[in-house]
Amino acid sequence: MEKGMAHIISGLGDLEERIRDLREIILANLVMLSEIPAPTFSEAARMEFLVNRFTELQLLNCSTDEVGNGLGIIPGETGERNILIVGHMDTVFDAKVDHTITVEPHRIIGPGVGDNGLGLAVIATLPLVLQHLNIKPKSNIILMGSAQSLGMGNIRGLRFFLDHTDLPINAGICVEGVKLGRISFSSIGMMRCGISYSVPEQYDWTRFGAVGAIVTINDAINRILEIPLPKRPKTNIVLGSISGGTGFNTIATQATLKFEIRSESGRMVKNIGQKTEYIAHEVASHSGADVDFRIYAQRRPGGIPFSHPLARTTREIMKALDIPQRITPSTSELSAFIDKKIPAVTLGLTNGENLNQMNETIDIEPIFKGVAQLLGLILAIDGGHCDESK
Amino acid sequence: MTNLNEWLNNNTYHHSQFWDLKQLVKEKEKQGIRVSLCIPTLNEEKTIGKEIVVFKSELVNRYPLLDEIAVIDSGSVDKTLEVAASFGADTYLSSEILPDLEPKRGKGENLWKAIYQLKGDIIVYIDADIKNIHPRFVYGLVAPLIYRPEVKYVKAFYDRPLAFSQGVRPSGGGRVTEILVRPLFSLFLPELSAIIQPLSGEYAVRRSVLEEIPFPIGYGVETSHLIDVHQIYGMSAFAQTDLDQRVHRNQQTRSLGRMSFGILQTFLSRLQKLEIIGELPPLETVLRQFQVHDERFEAVEHLIVEEERPPMLDVPAYQEKKKALQKSEKRKPRKKQTAGE
Repeated sequence: MEKGMAHIISGLGDLEERIRDLREIILANLVMLSEIPAPTFSEAARMEFLVNRFTELQLLNCSTDEVGNGLGIIPGETGERNILIVGHMDTVFDAKVDHTITVEPHRIIGPGVGDNGLGLAVIATLPLVLQHLNIKPKSNIILMGSAQSLGMGNIRGLRFFLDHTDLPINAGICVEGVKLGRISFSSIGMMRCGISYSVPEQYDWTRFGAVGAIVTINDAINRILEIPLPKRPKTNIVLGSISGGTGFNTIATQATLKFEIRSESGRMVKNIGQKTEYIAHEVASHSGADVDFRIYAQRRPGGIPFSHPLARTTREIMKALDIPQRITPSTSELSAFIDKKIPAVTLGLTNGENLNQMNETIDIEPIFKGVAQLLGLILAIDGGHCDESK
Repeated sequence: MTNLNEWLNNNTYHHSQFWDLKQLVKEKEKQGIRVSLCIPTLNEEKTIGKEIVVFKSELVNRYPLLDEIAVIDSGSVDKTLEVAASFGADTYLSSEILPDLEPKRGKGENLWKAIYQLKGDIIVYIDADIKNIHPRFVYGLVAPLIYRPEVKYVKAFYDRPLAFSQGVRPSGGGRVTEILVRPLFSLFLPELSAIIQPLSGEYAVRRSVLEEIPFPIGYGVETSHLIDVHQIYGMSAFAQTDLDQRVHRNQQTRSLGRMSFGILQTFLSRLQKLEIIGELPPLETVLRQFQVHDERFEAVEHLIVEEERPPMLDVPAYQEKKKALQKSEKRKPRKKQTAGE
């Protein structure tokens, strides 16, 4: 290991301890951000809070853009590199849901605290953390809360920024609240689809085989499950949600299925996508229902290799902090970096459970290790230890 | 009689008028004022952690508006004190403050004992059951005291219309306020009817005022404060701040009945003391409410006695503490903090 990197590694334990001094500030940011509803496409209020935080801390270029991202820059001493640290602002929770957060001595509970309240809170607190630890990176650190990331948002915020920024981004770090130990540097191929059946109002219910939209969608599900999936490249289909009908005794005139196809091979994703679309139409032809097949989001597989200095350094930092590593491919923000061929990783910050449920819970204690890991990686990128030539 | 519309114009604020915390802290430090936050508690483990974290981060670490955060507890059986202490609040059991006095249980007791225990020149009281806690709950109340020396008592109110198309809309307090307290004020002390939410549990007060007024320890503490401060200083001593929305537990009508009974006791005894009404016969202290048990009606009796603590200035232990403090203050000039430290 190089001398500079060894120095960073040896200082990680100390960083973890000193980050504890800012516990209340991190937690208060977490509470206040998480209590602002931010369903995908409606992140404006959360963005405003984040940008206000950046402004208070006198970051440069505190701003938003036409997609609704929140941005601020910690100027580097030389500005020779630009490191983009991004956390998605949107959540899966509707604005009408009670967003009250509960703080217990060892954990925080409430919708979205892990995904991605904590990620955003750490981004909001990062300038203070650097100031407190007297760390002055040479690189510009661009902090970003990204809008329209989840589901149908299809990472629009980050993609928009990467498409339009003048700053050459040298590396990206995606910050997720959960789970500490998570490390992603590659993306799998993915296609997010929806099939909706609706039965026309003038439908003749006396005709043979008239069954309504739910049975039709059930047929489609059975057919999708019959699609043969290869072991190599690893491929699967996740049936994510189903909805339809209005009550007990009325034949459903509308039903929708949402699912995701994932594979290490982009071609496999495309093939299966075509098969599901064919199935959707074929089943509709039997029942006479109207069909709507939609592709909401797609990702190409890719990323940096296991041996890339950024991936290797991240693993070294995690090992030094005794963080058990779980290498998983990602379908989140990372894909936008991959599409632009920018080396990037996704990190988790703490442990948690009940993700995306009302009682979403995260542990307080591991947060400091999670933030130390993030700081270690920023220092390593800043010191040039993650450059490809290394 | 004060012109109430004029008073409302001059003494009613919205918390957003005080968003500039840096400026507020600068002014506070210029005046050398200390501010204490008191949170009275009884079994509040669900909400207390969040309150402490938010206030400590925003109003101690980032902008040092608060010099101390204290939780004064009536004897919780849950982990209220443990949670509060774990996030850095000073925690006290009410019964351990002024232990020579016979302990009494009630929120007013905790508020009264805070005057003895806490150091601030301003004490801001915030209830522990607020679900949507935000720093505005403190700075919105403290700011008028810092910017206007003549203001002595700042009361919170909550007014957040979701949508209203016309220029005029009703505003006011909860059920007990609108059915009991405001009609009573309108009858006997009409100026006080301009306090939009007289029963709100959030207010900031100068020590010099708190130490000279008596404290009912039960439901009547807020009402009695308003009457007593009004008698001494008039309406110019009051201000009120709109803190937008407060999300908290909703009380059932029956418990509001018990609250009203306590408030009425305090109100009537104040009116008698002030000779606004003549001598009253001895008042009953039992409230009867009714329930149906196996299809038979039966009375449920609640004994509600509005006991009262004397002005803190009359308590010998406080007099001694104050003297000792004044001596040490003379010897050692107060250290000023700097905003952003």
